[in-house]
Amino acid sequence: MRWRWVLLLAALLLAPLVLRGAFYERTMALVLLAAISACAWNILGGYAGQVSFGHAIFFGAGAYVPLLLYSRWQSAPLLGVPAGVAVSLGIALLIGIPTFRLQGHYFSMATIAVAELLRILVSNWPFLGAAVGLQGPAGGRTVWDLSFRSSVPYYYIFLFVLAVLLAATAWMERSRMGYYLRAIRAGERAARSLGVPVRRYKLYALMLSAAFTAVAGSLYALMIGFIDPDSGLGILVSVQMVIVAALGGAGTLSGPLLGAAILVPLQTEANALFGGGGTGLTYIFYGGIILVLCRFEPGGLLELWRRVLAPRTLRPERSRSAHPA
Amino acid sequence: MATAAQVLAGGLLVGAVYALFSSGLTLIWGMMNVINFAHGDFVMAGMYIAFLAVAWLHAGPLAFSLLAAALLFGFGTAVYYGLIRRVMRGPTLAQLLSTFGLALLVRYTAFWIFSANFVTLPGSVLGGTVKLGPIFIGIPQLVAGVAALALTLGLHALLTRTALGSQILAVAEDRQAAMLMGINPDRMQALAWGMASAAAGIAGALIATFYYISPTVGESLALIAFVVVAFGGFGSVPGAMVAGLLIGLIEATSAFYIGPVYQDVVVYALFVGVLWVRPQGLMGQRA
Repeated sequence: MRWRWVLLLAALLLAPLVLRGAFYERTMALVLLAAISACAWNILGGYAGQVSFGHAIFFGAGAYVPLLLYSRWQSAPLLGVPAGVAVSLGIALLIGIPTFRLQGHYFSMATIAVAELLRILVSNWPFLGAAVGLQGPAGGRTVWDLSFRSSVPYYYIFLFVLAVLLAATAWMERSRMGYYLRAIRAGERAARSLGVPVRRYKLYALMLSAAFTAVAGSLYALMIGFIDPDSGLGILVSVQMVIVAALGGAGTLSGPLLGAAILVPLQTEANALFGGGGTGLTYIFYGGIILVLCRFEPGGLLELWRRVLAPRTLRPERSRSAHPA
Repeated sequence: MATAAQVLAGGLLVGAVYALFSSGLTLIWGMMNVINFAHGDFVMAGMYIAFLAVAWLHAGPLAFSLLAAALLFGFGTAVYYGLIRRVMRGPTLAQLLSTFGLALLVRYTAFWIFSANFVTLPGSVLGGTVKLGPIFIGIPQLVAGVAALALTLGLHALLTRTALGSQILAVAEDRQAAMLMGINPDRMQALAWGMASAAAGIAGALIATFYYISPTVGESLALIAFVVVAFGGFGSVPGAMVAGLLIGLIEATSAFYIGPVYQDVVVYALFVGVLWVRPQGLMGQRA
């Protein structure tokens, strides 16, 4: 198993040397960014089974705070990243503490409500740029502004963050926390009866997920250099994380990578064909994918792949076995 | 004083419509523990059905309301048989995701067909005002509010006073036991989906006479329904009715005294507040 990851890392390190040109470089960077967000969502939604439809809250916090610090006080946006993570964690606690007392769907509903609440507030608050949004540094003053013309430096920054996140997730998977989270996903009541501190571990998962999602938001803001309520807090931001993770396989280490590698180029291509997201076709496409997935292959593409290969390789099932049949 | 009464009356009438479509959401949620994220978009579908029925068939309010109810009833049962029945046996992620995907599909198909522009029904369909004491009430609002209230009460009566309602509630209580009593749970659940969707459709048709109609209106309506259900306690139709009226009042007063932009903000913030203070809802029992 390990050599595959080494191979993948080597391929990703070399990819910009092979696939040249601004379009490819940008698309590859965006694939990595989508993978980071989806992996972060996956910790909570995939492993712990607590489905958030409002992860744009944390993404937006991570994206807004650095640009806010820059546009108000000219600080290097990089310094705003920890602040963005802190804001994101604060909101995570605000949602998680009350809703995780309850079973069921309250958490999912609360995430949607809070995301929409923040989007409306930010859209009407001139201090945060209101509907116009916030700008980052136009050209880098120093290298600490992380403002580059080419996408390649971003690509390597994203790759580094993704590697850290995957390593953390892999470690979590094998640790006590990973087993606790999968037990919670399989059945909260059963997990509690076996002595799993359910609420506490749901909160840990939420905070880990929110922190990395905020980092993804910061990276997005650094690369694009601009944020507005739709690109930072819009529902599409949340939807994309969910669908990337679910398409590949939620609750698996490599699922979000697969989902991002398929979905992002497809979407870039579709936008080029149909002329941007203005017609709502992206959403129709996403909605359709979600319905087909849920109806026919709720485990995602990895599950399908494993099932197809299963008769030949008699390998024991890995992390997915925690799912109820 | 007259202004306050005016605001409150308007809030109550809109609140009655909120109560109607929220009772559909709470019925499905209480019965099969499935939350329909597309519920607000079903209301939107009802609005567009009314709009098209007026534009193409010159239908009157009664006709297009019945048409919306019938079409949405069919759509709801189809969604149950085609999607929900299957995903209910799958992992939780698929249950939550499926209706969310449905919401995106319905909302943005409407967006694609009708574009982002708002439309309204012509005032000639149902218009005018009546003077009740010191306040003026629009006829469309009055008709919608009274009809919605009557329909919500009717749904409650259907569930609690008829044999059919007892069968539905029996399935909600215990699917296995209901099966042993000779009730077909699939049919009851399909029926519940049909009725809940019809409630959403008819609510949409009723507010279409005075509300703006847009493809994305369902998003905020769905959030309102969540808030109503959280307030009223999940699965409780009477709870949804009281909470719907209450949310209508809160929304109208905050729109008037704080500003229309913030009416949703106040309602969503209340939702988060209720989850902190009284998560089982104002009238719900502890889960």
